[in-house]
Amino acid sequence: MTRFRILYFAQTRKAAGVRSEEITLDGTPTVSLVVEKAIELHPPLRKLRDGMRVAVNEEVVSDAEIVRDGDRVALIPPIVGG
Amino acid sequence: MRPLRSCVTQKKIIPAEVLESVHDNSAGGVVLFLGTVRNRNEGRAVIGLEYETYHEMAEKRLAEVEKEARARWRVKRITMIHREGRLRVGEVSVAVAVSSEHRAEAFEAARFAIDRIKTSAPIWKREVLKGGKKLWVDGVPIQR
Repeated sequence: MTRFRILYFAQTRKAAGVRSEEITLDGTPTVSLVVEKAIELHPPLRKLRDGMRVAVNEEVVSDAEIVRDGDRVALIPPIVGG
Repeated sequence: MRPLRSCVTQKKIIPAEVLESVHDNSAGGVVLFLGTVRNRNEGRAVIGLEYETYHEMAEKRLAEVEKEARARWRVKRITMIHREGRLRVGEVSVAVAVSSEHRAEAFEAARFAIDRIKTSAPIWKREVLKGGKKLWVDGVPIQR
């Protein structure tokens, strides 16, 4: 079992309807599995998937990265600072 | 008063304080870039911007941008400040100041830093239009 927190921002926050949530998944899930789980919980996230990137503990990671107990997994929509 | 350091903040950016923060007696040049909220975007009348940030990560990214700039140019000091929250037209949303021995490094490093902030710091904005409607501004996928 892996327990972690998903964080949402801007468009992913609107799509999810929450700022963050605790999730538990069996085994050692990959980032892409975590994203699939988030989409399953909040279907409006699906249309944001293409431009979305994932940060684990504030580092941008690939979809193959493993998510561990206590990680902060942020679903990051396209950014536009400045 | 504590010296100004790179950060993401809800507080108004004071350009003079940003400049002061990169003061260095061995520097021969200082470049200050300010990003400001403009009153039109793609034909729309804009009265303000609402910035949302992933605060902790955005501040880590600023530290990373400084590292990257220092790896490329001989920078004396560098300060990057980005606002979060609601801003009105004309307000400063981002400031980058760089001091270096000669002007070329300061210009280049400042240009690099603002460009890198835009592609790597988790920050979003919504235009607040006349009448109160809010519109997400299109962005680019975040880079490492």
